[in-house]
Amino acid sequence: MQIDLKTVNIEPKRKAFDHLVSRFGDKAASRYQEGSYDIQATENLHYRPTWAPEQELYDPNISRIVMADWHAFKDPRQYYYNTYVLARARQQEAAEAAFTLVETRALHQTIEAELGQTILDLLVPLRHAAWSANQNNVLISGYGFGTPFTQPCLYQGMDCLAVAQYLSRIGMLLGGTEALSVGKQQWMDGEAWQPLRRLAEDTLVVRDPFELFVAQNIVIDGLLYPAVFDTVIDGRFALNGAAPISMLAQFITDWSAEARKWADSVVRVAASESAANAAVIAEWFSEWSGRAMAALLPPIERAIGSDADAVLGQTLDDLKARLAKAGVTL
Amino acid sequence: MDMPVKKPKLGIKERYAFLTRDLGWEPTYQPKDKIYPYTRYEGIKIHDWDKWEDPFRLTMDAYWKYQAEKERKFYAIIDAHAQNNGHLNITDARYLTALKLFLQAISPGEYAAHKGFARIGREFEGVGTQVACQMQSLDEIRHAQTQIHAISNYNKYYNGFHAFAQQRDRIWYTSVPRSFFDDAMSGGPFEFITAIGFAFEYVLTNLLFVPFMSGAAYNGDMATVTFGFSAQSDEARHMTLGLECIKFMLEQDPDNLPIVQKWLDKWFWRGLRILTLVGAMMDYMLPKRVMSWKEAWQIYGVENGGALFRDLARYGVRVPKGWDIANESADHVSHQLMLGLYQWSFGTSFHAWIPSDEDMDWLSAKYPDTFDRYYRPRWDHIRKLAEAGTPYQNVGLAQLCNVCQLPAVFTEPGDPTRHSHRQTEHEGEIYHFCSDGCRDIFLDEPEKYVQSWLPMPQLFNAPNFGDVGKWMEWVGLVPGQDNGDYQGSQDQADFEAWKHQASAT
Amino acid sequence: MSTVFIAFQANEDTRPIIEAIMADNPHAEVEDQPAMVKVSAPDKLTINKATVEEVIGREFDLQEMHINLITLSGHVDEDDEYFTLSWNS
Repeated sequence: MQIDLKTVNIEPKRKAFDHLVSRFGDKAASRYQEGSYDIQATENLHYRPTWAPEQELYDPNISRIVMADWHAFKDPRQYYYNTYVLARARQQEAAEAAFTLVETRALHQTIEAELGQTILDLLVPLRHAAWSANQNNVLISGYGFGTPFTQPCLYQGMDCLAVAQYLSRIGMLLGGTEALSVGKQQWMDGEAWQPLRRLAEDTLVVRDPFELFVAQNIVIDGLLYPAVFDTVIDGRFALNGAAPISMLAQFITDWSAEARKWADSVVRVAASESAANAAVIAEWFSEWSGRAMAALLPPIERAIGSDADAVLGQTLDDLKARLAKAGVTL
Repeated sequence: MDMPVKKPKLGIKERYAFLTRDLGWEPTYQPKDKIYPYTRYEGIKIHDWDKWEDPFRLTMDAYWKYQAEKERKFYAIIDAHAQNNGHLNITDARYLTALKLFLQAISPGEYAAHKGFARIGREFEGVGTQVACQMQSLDEIRHAQTQIHAISNYNKYYNGFHAFAQQRDRIWYTSVPRSFFDDAMSGGPFEFITAIGFAFEYVLTNLLFVPFMSGAAYNGDMATVTFGFSAQSDEARHMTLGLECIKFMLEQDPDNLPIVQKWLDKWFWRGLRILTLVGAMMDYMLPKRVMSWKEAWQIYGVENGGALFRDLARYGVRVPKGWDIANESADHVSHQLMLGLYQWSFGTSFHAWIPSDEDMDWLSAKYPDTFDRYYRPRWDHIRKLAEAGTPYQNVGLAQLCNVCQLPAVFTEPGDPTRHSHRQTEHEGEIYHFCSDGCRDIFLDEPEKYVQSWLPMPQLFNAPNFGDVGKWMEWVGLVPGQDNGDYQGSQDQADFEAWKHQASAT
Repeated sequence: MSTVFIAFQANEDTRPIIEAIMADNPHAEVEDQPAMVKVSAPDKLTINKATVEEVIGREFDLQEMHINLITLSGHVDEDDEYFTLSWNS
């Protein structure tokens, strides 16, 4: 039996919006392209900000990084709002299933008490570090220039909020709201945490969006998540009776691996633009990585003892290798 | 091992506090006002950010879950719309004038709001407030993108959409919403939230969305209706954020009241002016009309606004200055602007047309006090000229108001035969306004408004130097294709040919 | 007296919510518009989780409302068990 589909074939007059044809040629544009290119105002702005009259409302000059075209920062994941929330919704579902499984079967109670406490001591204060990462990424998305660069930074900032919330839930599951109070107290006064808190507060006064990107997304998170989650939680504690924590932290571990790939691509684009950019990034890296290493050592040392040095050293080597691949010579 | 103790389940408010405001801390290594440099200069006094009441308590994982649900439904519909030539279901291609105006003028505002809310999502000091603002920033980029995606299919078949990016920054009428959002963004965080979060997203939001989305529904534009409903659910959260911010400022310190009241007056007026575009759209651009601007103003402006301001009276807030003028002007502004858009249609990337007899009878019925007396005669005259082969086209430039950037076509309250043009001299230059409302805004902050980028004087500067053809190229307008009368346009011919093709078996 | 209202997309998901609202708010009025349902009430309107659950026969999280909510008017008070809109007039 033959089926004739009665739909009319109408020739389109054009394949895409003008600005996308200019950039990518006369062909159909992707939804990522439609949602990311040339949708930010760039010229003929009306008023200067009363909060910073030396700036423009959209101002690439507030960064030391110089780009001929800030639209060069294509996100390798091509996240626009839709693909971003859909991806995260799938991950959220898996995370929720993990929390439900652990909680209903009381799997967290199979963790030996001392190890459980070590984990709380290590993870709970990090919820505050994740909050400052939210603040920084939201700043970059607000004040950075060009949607391909700024859009993923807002997503990153919201991801950091989610991480802070998941860490809070892990804390509450293992130790109730008291664990959160203790963790906050450690963050505020505990000797092991002061270098990291000081570092976080120092990032909160940086206003060059790209410097902040390097400090937070490349350096701090590039050391913190691989060291704490990949190496310590998944690599050590999970194999020694804390597997439920790996399950609960799965979102965090998977997300940070994904985010690193994107962060590397941002550095690669900026560094390949000019030797000057590459030099500035290298300079920022030096400044911030020394401090980040010193800040992460004490809490990790409290968790795993003298191995902490080697763990962080290896993590730093991995990070430097990533940067070399991205075209930044250190 | 100890027996597991059943912990009492935390209530939503308490749990949310642990997952948001408890994440923040009082800095000690850096001074607080260096981390938050913009929260004092506006004069707003906040003593305790902890008194902030979170309006909706969405954790990030819940946000992703519910938004993903909305997104799946939305894109399924617009994909189907595109696949099935959904564009042929519109009443006729005149309707697209409303959509072209929307894409060029409104969508960029969504993007500006995204940037603005990201900034205040960092600059405010309370975690709860920041998180709500950040989620709004996320929502606003959603709106900008879903609008572009919903309208993208129309660009493939019809004119006037293709250069929206160029037009956003360069053409004259987009300067109206652009100056509105630039004004809000150049203000501090408290002014921004009052302007956009409260005045625009609470007081006036239904006046923007319900007309456009109902207009879409009545005229067969499924893609836009779907966008509208999907976006509106985000708007409910925005509305509650805006209202909560006003309450918070007013409750924190009585000294905040005069500042907030001044902003309400200013932003009500700027909002009212920007909505003139919507009024013209509702009354003139929809082949099938939903209701008149006057009716929409009555329901969504007067009645809604009335309930709101009665509630806020306990803080000492009064109805915005200009409220009464707004009520009176609802009888006039849509006609005044549309007469302008028609005569300047050489320079619009959308079509205009002379209303038909049927259209004019509807307008008479909806505007019994004003249409037949003041506006029908002008349309009749325009129609006579068109029929005589000398259509009324004014290539002369409109005097734009320095503040709202609309052509100064509005009239004196109480006398619709006299323009309410105002002017003032400031440091040796003369500035022109459409009304007392706009002039007063200028007088309060002249150092800001003298910076305005005026699109019509721009025509005479580099790179166009008064050459209209060059100007058209510069704004991405293709003459004979994107502009002018709908009658005789490519859009009209194409739509009719395709409809015919589709209905032939 | 001021009117509060809440409007939802008209679909299968919202039908039970509207039913629950009408059951719990005797002074509320329903208005059907194209693709939309609007419920108004004088001064206050409450949606109770328990009532919705009774109508739909499964557990219900009040935040599910977000998916189909269109607009609202009034001060919001959100809780695990209820969602209230009100004006103090």
